[in-house]
Amino acid sequence: MAIQPTHSSRRILLPVKQWFILFSLAAALFLNLVPLGNAAGVPDWVALVLAFWSVREPLRLGMGTAFFAGLLMDVASGSVMGQYPLAYLLLTFAAGGLSRRILWFPLVQQALHILPLLLATQGVMVVARLVGGADFPGWGYFLGSFTGALLWFPLTFVLLLPQYQPIEKDENRPI
Amino acid sequence: MSVVGHQPPPFFKRGPAPLARLVFFVTLSLALLVLDLKYRYLEQIRQGVAIVLYPLQRAAYTPVDLYGQLGDYFSSLAAVQRENAQLKRKELESANWLLRQQHLELENQRLRELLDMKARQPVSGTLAEILYAARDPFSRRIIVDKGSQHGIAAGQAVVDEAGVLGQVTRTYPLQSEVTLVTDKNQAVPVRIVRNGLRTVLFGASGGQLELRFLAANADVQPGDVLVTSGLDGIYQPGLPVARVVRVDRDTAYSFARILCEPVAGVEKHGQVLVLGLREALPPQVEETETREKPSKGKKGRKKD
Repeated sequence: MAIQPTHSSRRILLPVKQWFILFSLAAALFLNLVPLGNAAGVPDWVALVLAFWSVREPLRLGMGTAFFAGLLMDVASGSVMGQYPLAYLLLTFAAGGLSRRILWFPLVQQALHILPLLLATQGVMVVARLVGGADFPGWGYFLGSFTGALLWFPLTFVLLLPQYQPIEKDENRPI
Repeated sequence: MSVVGHQPPPFFKRGPAPLARLVFFVTLSLALLVLDLKYRYLEQIRQGVAIVLYPLQRAAYTPVDLYGQLGDYFSSLAAVQRENAQLKRKELESANWLLRQQHLELENQRLRELLDMKARQPVSGTLAEILYAARDPFSRRIIVDKGSQHGIAAGQAVVDEAGVLGQVTRTYPLQSEVTLVTDKNQAVPVRIVRNGLRTVLFGASGGQLELRFLAANADVQPGDVLVTSGLDGIYQPGLPVARVVRVDRDTAYSFARILCEPVAGVEKHGQVLVLGLREALPPQVEETETREKPSKGKKGRKKD
C-alpha cells in the first residue's frame, strides 16, 4: 500500500502492478502507431506514459524499459535507430529525478513541469536528426508537447484508476 | 541450508545508480545512432523488430481504414456517377493514343533495330496502395502495402498517374517505405523537356523541389516541365517529375534559385505503380561495344 505523496490528498492507493505499467506502455505504443500522417499536435503517447510512470514510480520503471520502448518507436516510425531511445532515456532520468518535487504540486502545476520535459524530449530528437542531416520539421512539430501536457489530467485519472480500487470487494458500495 | 559464508542481503536492493544506468544506455543509443546514420549496419535488427511490430501496426491501421471505408460508403451516388462520366470521357480522350501506342512501339522497336541501338528496357510494374505517411516528421516518406514478399526491392522507382512519386528505400516483408521526391535527401536526375538541359532535382522544404547548382543565367523558365533523364540507371527516362514554379536570378550568387513543384500527387493517398528495377547500365559503355563488335573498328582501335 502506498500513500499518495501529495499535500492535497490523503487517499491511500493500492500498490501499482508491474504488468499494468507494461500494459499501459503497450497501449501507448499502439496509440502512437495509429497513422495520422504528420498532423501537428498529435502527442507522443509513449513519452507521456513514460514520463507519468517515472514521476509516479521512479523505482519501478527502469531505463531498460525506456530504451526498448524507444527502439520499438524507431522501427515503427522508420526513423534513425537510437533517436527515440536517446530522447526517452533523458526524459525518464529527468522525470525520475524530479518525481519527489513534481508530486508535491497540484495537477495544473504538475502539467507545467511535464511540458518542458516533453519539449526537451522533442528537442533532443530534433538535434539528433539535424546533426544527421535531416530537414527541420517546422515549429508545428512542438505542438505535440502542449497537447501532451494538457493530457496530463485525464492520463493521471486513467492510469491511477486500478490503484483506486478498494481492497475488500463490497457489492453495495459504489466505489 | 547453511547461512554461513553468505553476505546478509542488502536492505534496499536498487542496482546501479540511475546516473550510471543513464550513461550506459545513452552511450548505447548514441552508438546505434552513429551505426545507423553512418554505416547502415542495423537493417537486420530493424527487419526483425518490424516483423514483431507488424500485427500491432496492422491493428492500429484498422480504425483509419474503417474511417476511409465509411467515407466511401456514404459518398453519394451522384458523386460516383459524376466521377464515372469523367473517367469515361478521359478514357475516350486517351483511346486515340492508346490504340496507336502498340503500333508506334512496334515501329519504334523496328526502327531502333535498324539503327542498331540498344533496345529500350521493357517496363514492368507492381500495383500498390499507399497506406499512410510515415510518422517520422524529419523526412518525407510513405508506406505502401507491397513488400519484399511481392518482389519489391529497395531502389525501385514509384510513379502515379501523373509522374514520379519517389523511390523505394526500405522493404519489409509485407510493406515498403517510399521516400518521396520532396525529401531533402532525395535526388532525381532530370532533363528539361523544352531544351534538353540535364540537371539534378533535390527535395526542398515545404513539399517543393529545387534545382541546385544551375548557373544564374541558365535557360530555365517558370512552367518548364522536368522529366527523368534516365542517366542514373534507376528511373526510366522520360517520366515527368516536376514543373518549374519560380526562378530567382540574384546576381549576388553564382547559382540561380529555382523552385519546382511535383507533378505527382505526393501528398495524396491512392494507387501507385512500383516500376521494376532497370538493369544497371554497364559501367563503361565503350568497352562492351568493342567486345561485341571487334572488327568494326574505330572505337576499338582507339581503346587499344
